[in-house]
Amino acid sequence: MKLYINGNETELDEACATLADLLSRPEWKERRMIVELNGMIVGRDDFGTVLLADGDRIELVHFVGGG
Amino acid sequence: MNFAGEDRYSRQERFYGIGAEGQKKLAQAKVLIIGAGALGSACAETMVRSGAGKVTLVDRDYVEWSNLQRQNLFTEQDAAERIPKAVAAARRLRSVNSSVEVEGIVADITAEEIGLYTRGIDLILDAADNFEVRMIVNDIASRDGIPWIYGACTGSYGISMTIVPGQSACLHCLLDSVPAGGDTCDTAGIIGPAVQMTAAYQTAEALKWLSGNVSALRGTLVSFDLWTNRHSSVDTAKLKRADCPSCGAKRTYPYLSPDSHSRTAVLCGRDTVQIRPPSQVRLDLEEWERRLSAYGRAERNPYMLSLTLDRHRMAIFPDGRVLVHGTGDPAEARSLYHRYFG
Ligand SMILES: [Zn+2]
Repeated sequence: MKLYINGNETELDEACATLADLLSRPEWKERRMIVELNGMIVGRDDFGTVLLADGDRIELVHFVGGG
Repeated sequence: MNFAGEDRYSRQERFYGIGAEGQKKLAQAKVLIIGAGALGSACAETMVRSGAGKVTLVDRDYVEWSNLQRQNLFTEQDAAERIPKAVAAARRLRSVNSSVEVEGIVADITAEEIGLYTRGIDLILDAADNFEVRMIVNDIASRDGIPWIYGACTGSYGISMTIVPGQSACLHCLLDSVPAGGDTCDTAGIIGPAVQMTAAYQTAEALKWLSGNVSALRGTLVSFDLWTNRHSSVDTAKLKRADCPSCGAKRTYPYLSPDSHSRTAVLCGRDTVQIRPPSQVRLDLEEWERRLSAYGRAERNPYMLSLTLDRHRMAIFPDGRVLVHGTGDPAEARSLYHRYFG
């Protein structure tokens, strides 16, 4: 399916079904994220149950510590 | 000499959101800035120029050459003399606006001591370089009802959020634990504009709050990347947790308990480890210069003692803290520390 992650069109295989699956990918795995799905914020407890669908727009905001 | 003429804040008073009334409120405000590095410099300069009543900076580090590219309060002389950032920043800020009370404190932020700095404070600006400190700030802000403004940046990326106790989600609501070093370290380097942009978001919110424009607060977690030209603003209100240990119904302020804090901290991307003494001490630097000069080159300024060894260098502060440069390994740093300080 086709997703839009931070505005970038991204092709995902079918195995990637939930938000948790997406966030376990190497490029996101070690990061702390705030996730918005189609304009709605998703709580951490729901990452494992929220299913992704073709055309979803996902905003991933990651925390950094530098100052 | 008094430069605080009537004209000084005229452009700010002409601005519709502040006016003479807002300026008066600002002049009464006491602001605490946690950290006097890149964000701390930028935030402090804006708050002092804009005429806040009092600005206090707390920082544990000293000026190095690699700071000068983005930390806009410091000079080559500060780096050459290894002046503590809180001292150098306060000196510069007083020369920028002598009508503002400026205090620079050379210290580490700890659970035990943060209460000394937050008493009577109206707003906290976060310019820390690690999450351990931010969680302490988050807990004390929640406990004492002080608004604080999270800000952080790395590379060309920055992020900020305003946390008003009792209203917004807090940092602990958003992060269930302190993130490990890996994803927050400044190993990606940083460009000055990312600092300035982050500080601009923080200080705009500070001016709103302190001039009495609460309804103008942004209310979102903002983030941006100045290199890839991305920007996002996310409403985090729904992430406020009723069971949050820091702001929920049964709050315990876990990060204010002394044992939550480690004595050893690896400073991000710096090849440096900080070690705190096991109990509060006051070191006589002159005496220690005599003792340590047998082992390497010892150099002292009024604020710290520097000991250069074969492969390492140690910076020793009067409060007993030691920065071990030349290693990122806490065990190696501890063994060096114990060799000289028992
Ligand atoms: Zn909370």
